[in-house]
Amino acid sequence: MSATLVQPSKAGLLSTILRSRELAIAVVLVALVLVATAKTESFLFSADGWRNVLLNPAMLVVLAIGQACVIITRSVDLSVGSTLGLTAYFAGRLFIDFPSLPIVVVVLLAVLLGALLGLVNGVLVSFAKVPALVITLGTMYIYRGIFLTWAGSSRITADQIPRSFSQLGTQQIVTIPVLTIVALAVLGVAAYFLSSTRPGRELYAIGSDPDAADLYGLPVLRRVLLAFVASGALAGLAGVMFLARYGTVSSQAGQGIELQAVGAAVIGGVAIFGGSGSALGAAVGAYLLVTINSVLPILGISDFWQQAVVGALILGAIALDRFLSLRQDAALVAARDQAPPSGGGGSPGNPGSSAPSAPTSPQVTA
Amino acid sequence: MAAATLVLEDVSKSFGAVRALRSASLTVQPGSIHALVGENGAGKSTLIKIVAGVHRRDGGVFELNGEAADFSSTAESKAAGVAVIYQEPTLFPDLDVSENIFMGRQPGSTLRIDKQRMYAEAAALFERLGVAIDPRRPAKGLSIADQQILEIAKAISLDASLLIMDEPTAALSGVEVERLFTVARQLRDEGRGIVFISHRFEEVFDLCDTVSVMRDGEYVSTETIAETSVEAIVAKMVGREVAELFPKTPAEIGDVVLDVQGLTSPGQFRDVTFQVRAGEIVGLAGLVGAGRSEIARAVFGVDGYSAGRVSLNGAAVAKQNPRSAISAGIAFIPEDRRKQGLVTEGSVARNVAGVIRTGLSRLGVLTSRAENRAAGPWAAKLEVKTSALDMRAATMSGGNQQKVVIAKWLVTQPKLLIIDEPTRGIDVGTKSEVHRLLSDLAGQGMAILMISSELPEVLGMADRVLVVCEGRITADIARDEATPENVMHAATHRDGHVAGATHSAAAGSADSQEVTA
Repeated sequence: MSATLVQPSKAGLLSTILRSRELAIAVVLVALVLVATAKTESFLFSADGWRNVLLNPAMLVVLAIGQACVIITRSVDLSVGSTLGLTAYFAGRLFIDFPSLPIVVVVLLAVLLGALLGLVNGVLVSFAKVPALVITLGTMYIYRGIFLTWAGSSRITADQIPRSFSQLGTQQIVTIPVLTIVALAVLGVAAYFLSSTRPGRELYAIGSDPDAADLYGLPVLRRVLLAFVASGALAGLAGVMFLARYGTVSSQAGQGIELQAVGAAVIGGVAIFGGSGSALGAAVGAYLLVTINSVLPILGISDFWQQAVVGALILGAIALDRFLSLRQDAALVAARDQAPPSGGGGSPGNPGSSAPSAPTSPQVTA
Repeated sequence: MAAATLVLEDVSKSFGAVRALRSASLTVQPGSIHALVGENGAGKSTLIKIVAGVHRRDGGVFELNGEAADFSSTAESKAAGVAVIYQEPTLFPDLDVSENIFMGRQPGSTLRIDKQRMYAEAAALFERLGVAIDPRRPAKGLSIADQQILEIAKAISLDASLLIMDEPTAALSGVEVERLFTVARQLRDEGRGIVFISHRFEEVFDLCDTVSVMRDGEYVSTETIAETSVEAIVAKMVGREVAELFPKTPAEIGDVVLDVQGLTSPGQFRDVTFQVRAGEIVGLAGLVGAGRSEIARAVFGVDGYSAGRVSLNGAAVAKQNPRSAISAGIAFIPEDRRKQGLVTEGSVARNVAGVIRTGLSRLGVLTSRAENRAAGPWAAKLEVKTSALDMRAATMSGGNQQKVVIAKWLVTQPKLLIIDEPTRGIDVGTKSEVHRLLSDLAGQGMAILMISSELPEVLGMADRVLVVCEGRITADIARDEATPENVMHAATHRDGHVAGATHSAAAGSADSQEVTA
């Protein structure tokens, strides 16, 4: 058939990479690690180096995935940093006040507390009809305030928590840190949930067009609550990871990390207007964000430029998204304009709609 | 005999001060296709939305398959077996077309979507409808016709006992309409009830078994198709002389005020050329989504355009610069006045004075007193019924809000008024006041470009009707030659050349000057 002759030319390697956002970010990440290793071999090829490359981003990965769930529904959760601090302190207190509690129970209770704080966010956002940006900005301060009031001048220190727990923070299984395994498990579950379950897909639908979601009869309220609960629960899990990793919880724990979580999701291709993105993208974005912060000093780049590079990364990611989506829109519109007038729905195989970029193939009629 | 699929009796519904439905009735038997006709604003869409669970009725009987029904959400109506194809497609642009069809009930189980089966079922649906759409492509960028096909596929896949189609054919070509009808007849023969809303009478008579007429929110009549005629239905739909409602008085037509040449914006409109003269009301007709509002926005400078020229009284109007358009003498009243034209939280005076704020302020400070002083005479002139100028605009009725918006722009003393859907959401009684106002303004020598989806309004008010179809002007019809038929034909045929139309868009419109009322 002639239709094959008039199809657009094969996509180049570059545009394939650009189209898969996860792949593009992963390529940058690998390049960064390679450059850093070339400069300082121990960055990767030493017991500590290997562990740190894998371990350091684990907490942010968990937060970024939770954030992605919320951003996909066209909201945002700025309270995760405070939730992380509060749950980390809560878990530490449990260890101190109830030494007999098994570690698993403590972890579950901390996750539950995070889920509860997320539920509060979700309820406020759903019923107050105020943008999540404002609501979660408010709860960010409130949760931090609760934390400060509760902790007072006390802080959790490494010697107060059981060794078996703090060991988890640095322990490795077949050279892979435990916390990294936890993050990968979260990634696996979230990626499956978002791509292959009905509630997961409904999150995308709600973010893509909230009014249409209402007309479809989707349970918008329940799904938005679900997204915030997931984000809160994952922030609770990150709080436990924080405690295990650092052992110390001060009143500043988790401050500012909410913006890193948003940044990681955006760099990973989660559109800030909702409706698109993936858990994998958010996770790779988190890895990139953390790794770049440890690579830049090795390359001898000053503190000022380290911050600026992170900023440029976020702006670049957004600009790239915008550029690609404009180009895609233009291509789709051009295809439609070229369709024959009042034709039968503009069937794609129609010879009249040959792409302008088609190679020198002669116009063949069927 | 089985219970009727749908029974509605004496249903009423009000939105604030506007009574959308007074006493609407409709009975649909299983295994029949029932046409629901009436002018725009007759209450058809409101009635449909009550059945669909979008709105809740204020009173009256509502039964589905013999059981009393009262839906408070679209999910409930869907579960009860109602599928609705809305006039304007409601899609998720980021998701692929198959997910758009099956969202919330994808094949497989809740926690495991069977994607292969989903794509296969979507492909089967498209095949049944005879269209070539890739089941994996995103809904973003689909043409209006393809979006409508997608809506139809969605509704069919629901396997509903009642299928409601609100003007499904508005954007479809002849072939696609035929395929849709074939599917509709299959569904009828399976014993389902179908409600078909359309303005195209040939389709109503081709497809339907029964026809019900609505007018001004009330039930008028129900007849079998075999026992009625187009003329009889139109008489029942209108029920009054068009002239009563639309009092455009003849005005002296002066020089060209607005001259638009070859305006093009990819994906929106293409090669748009027309003129509007002083004292003339030019109606811009066409289907929803044809590009009428986009043209108006480009002329006013809200949106840009890639080629073409706009001039006012011979002087070029800067592109994409509403401020210079205002100072050149263009006023623009957008479609959704709550969203775009009126600061609903602000007072009447603030709204009216908003446009000329810079002229009123002294040392950069704007006082309420100055606002009231400037707004007073204008609001009085338009008989805006508000107790005080500091009343909040949000609390007023639609008609009064529209007058405030018009007043707001008259303060700038425009030469050209562009008004998009001047009477949408306004009570029938108040509508004529807005019409009289527009007519008066034209009489004073203002040039008016009026966009309207209500055909009687266009035919009654406009000295000349420009018809837009898929972003192109397909007809330029003088007042005395314009009929619902030739306007609708031009609105649905991109290739143009309508019998009886004076197609003079490119050559200038000198021949359509002599207008009789």
